[in-house]
Amino acid sequence: MKQLLTFLTKEFHHILRDKRSLLVLLGLPIVQLLIFGFAITPEVRMANIAILDNAKDETTRLIIHKIENSKYFDIDRTLIKNEQVEKAFKTGKIKAAIVFQQNFQNELMHANKAQVQIIADATDPNQAATLINYASAIIMDYQAGLNQQNKLPYTITTETRMLYNPQLKGAYTSVPGVMGMILLLISAMMTSISIVKEKELGTMEILLVSPMKPWLVIISKVIPYFIISLVNVATILILSVFVLGLPIQGSLLLLIVSTVLYIFCALSFGILISTISDTQQAAMLISLLGLMLPVVMLSGYAFPIANMPFILQVLSNFVPAKWYIIIVKGVMIKGIGMEQIWKELLILLAMTVFFLMISIKRFKIRL
Amino acid sequence: MRTLLFLLRKEFLQIFRNKLILRMIFALPVIQLILLPNAATYEVKNITFSVVDHDHSEYSRKLINEFTASGYFQLNDYSKSYDQALDQVEKDKTDLIVEIPAGFERELIRQNESMIFFAANAISGQTAGLAVAYANSIIRDYSNNIRAEWISMPRLSAIPTIEITSSNWFNPQMNYKKFIVPGVLALLVTLVGFLMSSLNIVKEKEIGTIEQLNVSPIKKYQFILSKLIPFWFLGLMVLSIGFVISFIMYGLYPVGSFWVGYLFAGIYLIALLGFGLLTSIYAETQQQAMFIAYFFMLIFILLGGLFSPIENMPDWAQYLTYVNPVRYLIEAMRMLVLKGSSFWDLRYHFLIITAFAFVFNGLAIWNYKKTV
Repeated sequence: MKQLLTFLTKEFHHILRDKRSLLVLLGLPIVQLLIFGFAITPEVRMANIAILDNAKDETTRLIIHKIENSKYFDIDRTLIKNEQVEKAFKTGKIKAAIVFQQNFQNELMHANKAQVQIIADATDPNQAATLINYASAIIMDYQAGLNQQNKLPYTITTETRMLYNPQLKGAYTSVPGVMGMILLLISAMMTSISIVKEKELGTMEILLVSPMKPWLVIISKVIPYFIISLVNVATILILSVFVLGLPIQGSLLLLIVSTVLYIFCALSFGILISTISDTQQAAMLISLLGLMLPVVMLSGYAFPIANMPFILQVLSNFVPAKWYIIIVKGVMIKGIGMEQIWKELLILLAMTVFFLMISIKRFKIRL
Repeated sequence: MRTLLFLLRKEFLQIFRNKLILRMIFALPVIQLILLPNAATYEVKNITFSVVDHDHSEYSRKLINEFTASGYFQLNDYSKSYDQALDQVEKDKTDLIVEIPAGFERELIRQNESMIFFAANAISGQTAGLAVAYANSIIRDYSNNIRAEWISMPRLSAIPTIEITSSNWFNPQMNYKKFIVPGVLALLVTLVGFLMSSLNIVKEKEIGTIEQLNVSPIKKYQFILSKLIPFWFLGLMVLSIGFVISFIMYGLYPVGSFWVGYLFAGIYLIALLGFGLLTSIYAETQQQAMFIAYFFMLIFILLGGLFSPIENMPDWAQYLTYVNPVRYLIEAMRMLVLKGSSFWDLRYHFLIITAFAFVFNGLAIWNYKKTV
């Protein structure tokens, strides 16, 4: 026990001495959480569009006015010719264009039918679809205003309740995702690097010939980072609740217990990486190049897992962040308890044990 | 010049000596480029829904049929009560609850008006918004059909109607992969280039070999160039392999000119590697460099416009993206590959990225001290 304490003191000295790393380790989650909590919102705001008004009559003027007043579109008035619009699409200046036919008002009033075309830049199909939806809704709304006098029979009205997140805040999706990502990447990176560093610099030999048991050496390396992760969790939770306005509907204790388990999982994954790599660079490549995109894309944070092809749905099960994100969403936002998330907790536990077993098997006492 | 060649030889030898790293910087991007773009789909087509039908009438059954036949929705279950359906939402089994009140059919026929109640799991606001929009359009069609059944059509078409048509340029099939592949490729090239360069000089510092370089007659710019060129080649190789894979796997090849693409990527890599080397010079240990690299990479990636469009961010975040080199690469790649933009269309991108290249490399040369 005394040996362990001595080793721990050594590790803490190492960490506390390096102020810059410590600053990054503790400050980084704060910056990231704030940027992503505020910057990444699902709603579309202010897309630049062009309007080709071939009619220039009262009706089109009213519709354009309506479009201008919506919070979604910013009309670029300088674009008035077909060729200009094409060019503006290519340089990325506008995301959509709305084209009114000639004699719009006449056609609408006398033939009861007038045409408007919405052209969207479908490089981003998702955004294109949203913009088309918004623009159509505005035009339909104008039309409904015209037809108000004759109310339609057999109308079904709908009432909608947005569960858990009535204001549709983006933070409700991004915070659990960012938590899953930051904790996993930082923990895995920190432990793998700090172990591999001793290998690379040759000091590992000194540690291994000391009377400490090898696994105690590893434990003493992991504990300080575990504590740093706990500090991070505390700041993340405080910021989420008090700055980003997220609720903690369920039990705080359950949330903390599952987070601790998740950190263990990430730390043991870090140990596993350290047994595979000999240089810090290799450890970094695995933990950043190898993990960053898969964690972002397969954890259900950026894209819903249900829509993925089967193989990727299977693969996503191996990403610990996926399970943690489900737990955080459940406990924080939905307020569900142990009986609904025990399966996810069990999976995280199993992963932790699995990572540790492989690491122990691969761990070499001799270099 | 000869000095530079010797230095380059040293760097290349060191890179090719470490087989594990060499394998990783090619294998990891290849695997990810093959697999990950398939994960990226916002197409919402499998929205699961639970029905709470208190009416059990012919009309309510028809309505449920409309939902299942639409292609967007998948029936999860018939729940007996709202609470039971809510339980399904809590278990993540269902995304949308459709509650049909008792007397739905009677009121619709007799009073011309009836009500439907939706509740959507809105943790992901985007999915919820789409689900409700689809559901509403189904209801609209449904009541139009009833109207057509009960009223003769002519009266309806007498109402002035604006016909809205829409067309999707550059990607008419709305293929999301076309959008995501150039972006993922841009990110992978960035990760490889930045991670390799940011650890390089600091490694020499940590191991102590930097002192040998410092005492040898090498100019500062020669030193930086010798560190930059090998990774520049590696980056372009990863990019080329990426282009081949995007063609084989996704049938994607640039509509615009390849040369403009390479020119842009070439300048971009100089800028990026300059930033990496600057990190490397600034950091005292590899560990520090790594954390700094991690910090910038994650922000660059998430504020690069790959996953969430930059236009949707608040103003302050949009300003931040102006100093994010990754943003320009992702944009340029998309414009080249999908829209076939020309060099002239991309002139601002070229201008900005060239400025980045000068600033970062200038700072790197300036900050590199030949003393310890």
